[in-house]
Amino acid sequence: MKVTVDEAMCCGAGQCVLLAPDVFDQRDEDGVVVLLDAAPPEPLHAVVREAASVCPAAAISLGEGA
Amino acid sequence: MTSTVPTAGELPADIPDFPMTRAAGCPFDPPPTAMAKQQEAPLAKIRLWDGSTPWMVTRYAEQRALLADPRVSADITRPGYPLQTAVAPGSRSGTGSFILMDDPEHARMRRMVTAPFAIKRVAALRPAIQKIVDDLIDGMLAGPKPVDLVDAFALPVPSLVICELLGVPYSDHDFFQDNSKVVIKRDAEPEERNAAMAALSGYLDDLMGEKLAAPADDLLSGLAGRVKAGELTRQEAAQMGVLLLIAGHETTANMIALGTLALLEHPDQLAILRDTDDPKLVASAVEELLRYLNIVHNGRRRVALEDIDIAGRRIHAGDGLVFATDIANRDPEAFPDPDRLDIRRDARHHVAFGFGVHQCLGQPLARLELQVVYSTLYKRIPGLRLAAGLEQIPFKHDGVVYGVYELPVTW
Repeated sequence: MKVTVDEAMCCGAGQCVLLAPDVFDQRDEDGVVVLLDAAPPEPLHAVVREAASVCPAAAISLGEGA
Repeated sequence: MTSTVPTAGELPADIPDFPMTRAAGCPFDPPPTAMAKQQEAPLAKIRLWDGSTPWMVTRYAEQRALLADPRVSADITRPGYPLQTAVAPGSRSGTGSFILMDDPEHARMRRMVTAPFAIKRVAALRPAIQKIVDDLIDGMLAGPKPVDLVDAFALPVPSLVICELLGVPYSDHDFFQDNSKVVIKRDAEPEERNAAMAALSGYLDDLMGEKLAAPADDLLSGLAGRVKAGELTRQEAAQMGVLLLIAGHETTANMIALGTLALLEHPDQLAILRDTDDPKLVASAVEELLRYLNIVHNGRRRVALEDIDIAGRRIHAGDGLVFATDIANRDPEAFPDPDRLDIRRDARHHVAFGFGVHQCLGQPLARLELQVVYSTLYKRIPGLRLAAGLEQIPFKHDGVVYGVYELPVTW
């Protein structure tokens, strides 16, 4: 799984950090998404898929057999 | 007596008025007319107070798709925007500011106030929120009963928290709570609402003056810093303060009181919550109650910027759109057996906070407050029960945000 985030689209709702804090974080100054792990291990795939699905701004994209 | 012959070509009876009315005796369920429209089609015409006939988007999938669509605008000044109520033409009145703007203006302003609501910043508030909740329960247990849970607990919890976060003196709570109530009253007269908004704006402007002169470690002082740096006008900063103050206490307060009532009416669910020490189950209960109650029941408002083809229909540029998230959260395609309150279900994909870039900014704080409340109140007062019949409880049918005006409880 390859994860990419679009900082310009992010609205800082924080759902991804809530679901997968090992993969996503937020910038201190404005709450915009920070990608911590672009290739998360398999046990995290389900929750990363959920994070991408509930992201209100469609700022998370998944690739390579995600 | 005059006869009422419909004009040719008009079928007024086919277009229901919105907002719609809940069924008697079903205070937790969306209006039956809205649910019937959802069953019929993903889009339905509705008639608003001013005679306009925007689309109501009825289903979960279409609501998510359209709320996230850049061809859909939240700009209240655009022609066709389905107004909640009468406002001065062209003004950004009501609760104003960035929730009624589009990107990039919206993103620029929203990002100025997002950091304090980031997940980890909010998580650090847990001990402080727990203390607020514990102290208020101590006060209830030491005081007379029955007691109004709204007044003694549901309203003070989020008010104390948002005051601390914004840097607003809690001693002014009667003033801002009373005016907020008017601002979000569905059928408030325009003059009445404008007066309440003006009072809150003036109050926040005074506070902004204080923060400019003597900044403290709070959100309003952060905005004052933006004003000094020339990134915001003082008026914009005060308007953002009004928005955050109203949104920060009214919504959560209603979830606490109405959520408690829903649990008291579903004792099996209440028992599960009371008996668990599992924070995941508590979090799950919060999501399910958000879904089930969906207190923002007046529809999220948008307008189409271009023609949009969806679900076999064409929305035209300039068409108003009303997203009834309360019925999306009861869409059986998204939530099996949707009318059942089941705190163990996976409800995390609900749209009670809206969807798209305007999704609730304060949701991490709301979730945390509700998790602390729901995991504490029923454990500390296990005998909590209604001190009146359900039929005597005054519900906020006339509110932009649903809930109860009072909740008499005893134990």
